[in-house]
Amino acid sequence: MTAQQQVLPLSPAGVRDGAHARGDHLLVAEMVAPGSKVLDVGCGDGDLLQLLEGRGIDGRGIELSREGVNRCVAKGLAVVQGDADTDLVNYPDDAFDYVILSQTLQATRQPKAVLENLLRIGRRAIVSFPNFGFWRMRLQLLIGGHMPRTENLPATWYDTPNIHFCTIKDFVQLCEAINVKMERAVALDHYGRPLRLIAPWWFWNMFGEQGVFLLSRAGKAK
Amino acid sequence: MVKIQSVPNAVIHADERSQEVDHPSSQVARFGADQPLRLDCGVDLAPFQIAYQTYGELNAERSNAILICHALTADQHVANPHPVTGKPGWWENMVGRGLPLDIDRYFIICPNVIGGCMGSTGPASTNPATGKPWGLDFPVVTIPDMVRAQAMLLDRLGIDTLFCVVGGSMGGMQVLQWTVAYPGRVFSAMPTACSTRHSAQNIAFHELGRQAIMADPNWHQGRYAEHGTLPHRGLAVARMAAHITYLSDAALHRKFGRRMQDRDLPTFSFDADFQVESYLRYQGSSFVERFDANSYLYLTRAMDYFDIAADHHGVLAQAFRGIQTRFCVVSFTSDWLFPTSESRALVHALNASSARVSFAEIETDRGHDAFLLDVPEFFDISRAFLQSAAKARGLSAAGAS
Repeated sequence: MTAQQQVLPLSPAGVRDGAHARGDHLLVAEMVAPGSKVLDVGCGDGDLLQLLEGRGIDGRGIELSREGVNRCVAKGLAVVQGDADTDLVNYPDDAFDYVILSQTLQATRQPKAVLENLLRIGRRAIVSFPNFGFWRMRLQLLIGGHMPRTENLPATWYDTPNIHFCTIKDFVQLCEAINVKMERAVALDHYGRPLRLIAPWWFWNMFGEQGVFLLSRAGKAK
Repeated sequence: MVKIQSVPNAVIHADERSQEVDHPSSQVARFGADQPLRLDCGVDLAPFQIAYQTYGELNAERSNAILICHALTADQHVANPHPVTGKPGWWENMVGRGLPLDIDRYFIICPNVIGGCMGSTGPASTNPATGKPWGLDFPVVTIPDMVRAQAMLLDRLGIDTLFCVVGGSMGGMQVLQWTVAYPGRVFSAMPTACSTRHSAQNIAFHELGRQAIMADPNWHQGRYAEHGTLPHRGLAVARMAAHITYLSDAALHRKFGRRMQDRDLPTFSFDADFQVESYLRYQGSSFVERFDANSYLYLTRAMDYFDIAADHHGVLAQAFRGIQTRFCVVSFTSDWLFPTSESRALVHALNASSARVSFAEIETDRGHDAFLLDVPEFFDISRAFLQSAAKARGLSAAGAS
């Protein structure tokens, strides 16, 4: 578990140019090397892509909802309507430097296949997801006896698009199972701030509301 | 006896139209015997001419030119009154001051296609060898032929790189052909409501239209001008059939339903009892006023032959390999002539080529013709795409510099 030690604090510049950007978006943007080519899978309204393009990064997006796509295109972003589960296979190997899956993994039908495709299309992948091991989630299930709902995940169990929730621990195990290298791992707290640098995994799994991972192919990436 | 009423005869502006065929009111680029147009069928067409309209000013860097490729039955009169019918231009809601294709910012060119009948050389033009209309002696042209002719026009105008190529339907096919044949000359492209190949269903509809024209006794094997006739019934029927394919079930229902035309009860005849019949007959007869029947045969054929993948070893992505052009692909939910699945196949090929592509499917019940109609979402997307491309191209916002 050496990935933890590589966590770097956000640069002041990163915070400044994205005064209105979400914490996890800033962190993701921070992980992307300048001048690289990026595919954002499940790009929503294109906020992250706009943040990236503002930093001179060549960004593309895929979004499932027609409204989201049209809003992105109307912002001048290169976004296509598509489904992470079915359309990633149409992209060639090594087409991008980074493929980003921001807050979308839990809504895919085949998270493992999607993750494998991310690292086929991109030399690196950045994945962020809500941590179902977050203490508030656990408390709602333990004490409340109902499926957890939070500000960021307000949907009820019967109308949520999120069908594959996982914990940070689960995700780390999946990465190990499919031989994916974790270059960086960061857990964000309730306010989107990175948790303290040195902490055991169980602490992250308990107190991180989201996990953000920079991944590469084991053995291939430099 | 049951009353029979066929499509009414149109008031044909024969003089105006024949004038436009050889001596159009548009600007004309003439190419002599030394500059033949090499056609896919193997014929060198010479001499030939291209009629075109322009709007706005070309900037000093010659970097702000947008080429509009028109659809099957449209022409170069994008944003000015039509010289034959006097009706407004066909894209006046898209092209103009402050509109998405802003004539204060861009230099806009729209040529009539080769094979057309509004001033570019086609079957209605006078064959210099005989002094009579070409008719069926005119060689069969293709979408690549049209684009090759347009490239010659741009050479003549001294425009090397187009800022954008825009077009819907058959115009969209030309846009795609531009990006495939001259990728280095196209900075950005907006293929709308189109496909990389004409489907079997679409070929079938075109064949229906052609057979209607050729079944008209006034067609005279395409030599109607010499017989002093016009196959107006056949052409009108072709137009009526095609027009249905440009709409949608929902749009027809919303517009006409089962409402009667100027009557409350059926007449128990084949008169146009229903509003939708009356509307179609009007569409058919008004079309005959402005369009040449042989030209309709040739242009539908050009669309039928279009298949980009077939020209690239059957692999569509091969056609776009390494392309730097920025794409904005747009389709409409109720378009069953060029359904979204066709645009999606194009987008997949562009993705596989790592092209910079945006793709939006716009929700509307207005069918294929939506790209010509007042669909605000389409305008917004067109405007935003062009603005972001203009920024990347370094075009100033305040028009020609």
